[in-house]
Order: sequence, then structure tokens, then C-alpha cells
Amino acid sequence: MNMFKTAALGTVFAVLSGTTAIAGCGIGAGNVSIIANDFPAIHAITDAAKACADDGLTVTANMTKEHQTLNAPGMSGNPAEYSVAVVANSSIVALLNDGLIRPLDDLIAQYAPDLPNVNKVTVDGKVMAVAFMANAQHLFYRADVLEKAGVAVPTTYEEVVAAAEAIRAAGIMEHPVALNTGAGWNLAEEFINMYMGTGGELFEAGSAVPTIENENGVAALNMLKSLTEYSNPDFLTFDSNATQALWEAGDTALSVMWGSRGAAVLDNEGSSEDVVSSTVLAAAPTLGGGATPATTLWWDGFTIASNVSDEDAAASFQAMMVGLSEDVVKANQDAAVWLNPAYVATPASAGVIASAEAGANPYPMLPYVGLMHSALGDNLAEFLQGSESAEQALADVVAAYTTSAKEQGFLQ
Amino acid sequence: MPHRTFFWFILPSALAMLLFIAFPLVSVIVQSLHVEHEQILVTSENCGPFGCKQSTSVDVEATAKLKDAAPLGRFNSLGTYMDRGHLATAEISQAWSTTDSWRAFFSRVMNLPFYKALAFTLAYTAVVTPLVILFGLAVALGVNGLPKLVKGPTIFISLLPMIVTPLIGSLILYWMIDADGILGKGLQYIFDDPALSLKASPLLTWLTLFTYGVWHGIPFAFVVFYAGLQTVPEETLEAAMIDGASRWERIRYVVIPYMGPLFVFVALIQLMDNFRVFEPIIGFSAQANASSLSTEIYGDLLGDNAQYASAAATSMLTVIGVAILLTPVLIRTWRDFNRKAV
Repeated sequence: MNMFKTAALGTVFAVLSGTTAIAGCGIGAGNVSIIANDFPAIHAITDAAKACADDGLTVTANMTKEHQTLNAPGMSGNPAEYSVAVVANSSIVALLNDGLIRPLDDLIAQYAPDLPNVNKVTVDGKVMAVAFMANAQHLFYRADVLEKAGVAVPTTYEEVVAAAEAIRAAGIMEHPVALNTGAGWNLAEEFINMYMGTGGELFEAGSAVPTIENENGVAALNMLKSLTEYSNPDFLTFDSNATQALWEAGDTALSVMWGSRGAAVLDNEGSSEDVVSSTVLAAAPTLGGGATPATTLWWDGFTIASNVSDEDAAASFQAMMVGLSEDVVKANQDAAVWLNPAYVATPASAGVIASAEAGANPYPMLPYVGLMHSALGDNLAEFLQGSESAEQALADVVAAYTTSAKEQGFLQ
Repeated sequence: MPHRTFFWFILPSALAMLLFIAFPLVSVIVQSLHVEHEQILVTSENCGPFGCKQSTSVDVEATAKLKDAAPLGRFNSLGTYMDRGHLATAEISQAWSTTDSWRAFFSRVMNLPFYKALAFTLAYTAVVTPLVILFGLAVALGVNGLPKLVKGPTIFISLLPMIVTPLIGSLILYWMIDADGILGKGLQYIFDDPALSLKASPLLTWLTLFTYGVWHGIPFAFVVFYAGLQTVPEETLEAAMIDGASRWERIRYVVIPYMGPLFVFVALIQLMDNFRVFEPIIGFSAQANASSLSTEIYGDLLGDNAQYASAAATSMLTVIGVAILLTPVLIRTWRDFNRKAV
């Protein structure tokens, strides 16, 4: 965890790579083809990489929300359609499972020998991705509303519920709480965050056998339900866009949102001065007396395809490192929590850094976690609507997960 | 037509059907009978920006060997069709033997994803199809009676729901029925209930989706019926008028029987379309309260681990479902055809 702190706060580490910012970038010939998600931080990187293009070097980028469904098929062919895939700790798994990405140790040794360890994502000792930014869901609160209701800033989810009750009782807001509880991926992510806060494990160590049917699972579900009772009745449709809109409209006072939304919430667009000036980003609360924040830490990073020539792989690696250079980070400080010595923490990143420092767990990078995530997303809504017990909901999740894990070959 | 001519005449389209419909269908069937290889897992220390941890990963080389030996995967016969995610035969028989009332049995069955999806899909098809035909005919009759001057613009406006891309149309309506949207606020005002939300309860979500389906389906039925109305013989209508038939009686005894085949046609198309309902559930973010066979397939393919076997099996079950649904209509068409041939 210390690694993260020092890198994010930008103190100790050596300069990333001083040699990369020359015009033309000095990369040599090759084809660089990037598939990535579509948000500002990644635009900054690909724009810088594209600027390297010259006679011998082509750089193209396909930036789409559907990158996860496109990257594996696009990297399966030989030669692969994409030489670079920008992934997160969940989406790297599909590429790892099929052996579609190559170890980067040689490229790092040759072109970026000073790359800090914090940027290296290693599997069994081999660097498989270069991480460049961190993200997590954490608490956003309205200081003015809490003051008006006469409650202190909550640091546990039990206090969040109490504060919500106080806000409702004071007649300030009827639905002060919002989480990304939209059925599907978002709701599953909320459960995993909460469950991690209870100290539970999703699977038996070293196997794909699920272990969520326990009191930790029930406690996590019950806390989600208590929170949604203070949410707008539409909570089963909430995604990041919905919770951000509610926040900016001043309709909520205690939200759990992605850190990457911080900059958009704190800018002067789409909201009123009252809301912006009293919005504070804090660490994710803890649960049930535990010490670990109930959230998961995420990274975004780039990977290089196995099925491209060594020449293209080298060009791709260097172009991406240009995209991650200090100049890019300095020019885009607000866009992300960069894992780069040149990054200076801003108020928008306070929640992610505080959660990481308090020892939050990373989202598990396991080959079968995607199946668990899907099963959770499909089976928890009925419990939150009150038509099913917590035990039944967890049993449904385990049954659905077991069925798909057997068909995917993870369970026998 | 001589057989030879017929053969050459039909060859291009038969080839296209074979290439674009039959072969993909066969490949889906083959896929649905296989599941992934056993994944060989290894434990190792994995590190990232947030520290190191003992963790599991797939042994790519060992798993690749298995894949090379049998590229299609493990043969699973009809196993995927029978599993909990599809027909759930084991779960159904267990529910049957352990519950003592229909109600309890039914609620156990409705807890299974395939039957939950099938229930919504069938309800959607059963409600939307007749309403689309009914309203489509009503709109066609209404527009047909308009003066020439306003006919053009009215037809254009009536077609709008079909012109708008389904996903966009549902998204726009979704925003309008939001508690802060014009329709959502309007309903709250009409029913004098500030907590009313169309997105919160399963029943209201279903009604919203049905309403969207009807709204989106009407223009197609309208166009077909409107074209049909232009061909209704004037003489018969005039004869009926002389006999003293009212407007309703003329529609009931002249227009509707005359347009019979068109009703069958619209019903066929609508049954097929509605059984594959997909866009509104996504557009209305209604996954918590409604799932259809198509959204089940979408869900299987969406996540970080795409489940091709499961998606293929659901696709085949959808095809079978459409076939069963269309059988009565097709039998009727066949009978009509034979009657005419005699």
C-alpha cells in the first residue's frame, strides 16, 4: 500500500522516463493500434501517442465503451488487429485466460528501465500490464447538509445510515442516499465493495469454489438494503450517470460514486455553486466495526498483444510510454488519479487516495470473478425489492455462478 | 413453371439462405452442444499498484494444449439446455417434489432465470401483438377518413415511432417518465402521489414496457392496413351503405373480412418481433424487473467471461419458441392456401 501512497503523492520515485518526449518520439517503424475505453484520461494518453506517428510509424486508436467485448476477438487473430489493449483489473482477466497478451519484462528492461514497481502488474513474476491510473468508489458528502442536520461526517456505513435518518427526520431531504445500485454490473460491484469491507472472501483460496453464503454476505446485503431505503425508489436503475446527475441537482447528500467522477462533480458545470462548494470527497466508509474501507481499488493499464511482431510490440510499448509521460500527466492533472511521480493530488482525488491509504482491497484479478460478477448482478435485485430473503438471494447467486463456472471449465 | 426454370430462378436466393441463415444456425447448434475445456488453474504471487497477493490464474500453456486437442471444447450433449440457466429440469423436478401447493411451486419456478425471462417474453408478446393490430387498424381507419390536405402530415407523424431507432426511442421515453421528467411529473400530479415512480415496481415497469411496445409497433400495422384499405372495393362498400349498414357494420362485415390475410401477415411479423423483445429493456434500464430471452443472451455475452455455450442454447430455445408460436398462424395460412388451390 505504501507503494501506492508514495507514487500517488508524487514524492520519492525517480522520473518515469526522460527520453521519450522528443518530437517524432524516436520510436522507429511499426504499427500501433490501440483499443481502449472512452474517457478523458485515456484520450490524453492516446492523443500523445498519436502525435508520435511519422512516415514509418502509424498510430490508430479505437476508443469505445464496448472495448471489453472487442478486445479479445480483436487480439485473437494472427497478426492481431490491436497491438495495445487498455484494460482494468477486471477486463485483463479475459485476455490473460486466453494468453492474448505478452509479458512486458524485456520491453521494460529495454525501453523503460526506471519504471516504478507501482506501475507493474505482475502475474507469477511476469509483468503483464503497465498500470497508469487508480480508481475506487468512495463517499461523497455535502458538508452543509450534514451540518444542518447536526451530524458528524460518517466514517462507517452504520453512521451513514444514521446520518441519512437524521437528514430525513430534519425534513431536509427524503432520499439523501444514492449508490450505483442499478441491476446488473453496478449492483454486483456495490455488493463486492460491501462484502470486501466485511473481510469476507469471494472464493476458497486457490479454487473457483464460491464462499459468499455466510454471515458476511448477509451483512453486506442487509447494509445495502438499509442504504437503499434512503434512496430514491428508482434506485435499481442507478448507474454512474444517474447518481452524478442526482448529486449535481442537489438531490442527494451522501453518495457512493466512482472517484473518477470527482472532477466532473467539482467543476462548475451542471451544478449550482452551493452544491459544488460544500461537496467533499472522503474515504469509503467501513462496515460492521471492520477497519478496511468497504470498497475495491481499481487500476487502468495497458497490455501488448501476443500475436503481433516484436517490432510492432516494441513500437506499441514506446508509444504508450510517451502517452504516459510526465508532460501528459502534468497537462491532465484533473483527469485521473495518475500513478506517476509528476501527479499532484487534487481535491477530486482525495477519496481514492484516502481509501487506498486506509487499506482498501484491490478488486480481485481472478479468472472466474467475471462469472461471479454477472451472477451477482442478475440475482440481488429481488432482495432489495423485499420479495426475497438475503439467504435465498445468495443461494441464487451461488447456483447461477456454479452453473456458468462449470460450463466455462472452472468447476468440475 | 418448368422445374428447370424454377431451379435456376430460386438458386441465388436458396444459396444466400444456406450461407447466411442455415450455416450460422448449424454453427450455433454445434456451439450449444459444447462447453469450455477444463481450465487448469495455478496459484502464484500476483502484484499490482495496490500490493501483492497469492492469487489464482489460468495456466495458459496447459489449457492451450487441451484446446488444440479438441478445438470445439468438451462435448456436453444437451447438458447446457437442461442446466439451471435454461430448462432447469433438475430444479423443476426438485421443486415439484418438495412443494405442496401450486403457488409455492410456481414461485420456485419463477426464481429460475429462463422461466422468469420466458414469462415476461410471453406476456409482452401476448399483450402487445393484439393491441398493435387493434390500434394499427384504428389509426389506419382514422387517417383514411381525413381530408386530403392533412393526410400527408398525419401519415408522417404516425410513422415517427417506427422511424426513430428503438434504443433511442426507448431512452427518450425513459427520460420522460423519470420522476423529474415531463411524463413522470405529470403522472404524479394526476394521481396526486409525489412518490409515484414507473421504474420502481415490477408491475408498473411491465406496463411501461408494454406501452412502449405498442407505441413502437403501431406504425408498421398502420402502414400495412392503410395500404390494404386503398384496395377495399368501393362498390361493395356502397352496396352496404344502400342496405343501410352503419360505419361500424361496414368495417365489421366488409373491411375486416376483406383484409383478413393482412391481419395474419401483421400478426406473424409482430409475434416474431415481440418474442425477441430486447431494446426497451435495455433502454428503460428495466433489468431489475424484466428480462427477456434476448436480454439473457446479451447478458451471457456481455461480462468479462463470455459464455458462448449458454448464449447459443438460449438462442436455440428462442428459435424453437418462435416456431411454436407461429405454428397456429402457419397452419391457418396453409389451410387457406389449400382451400384456394382447390
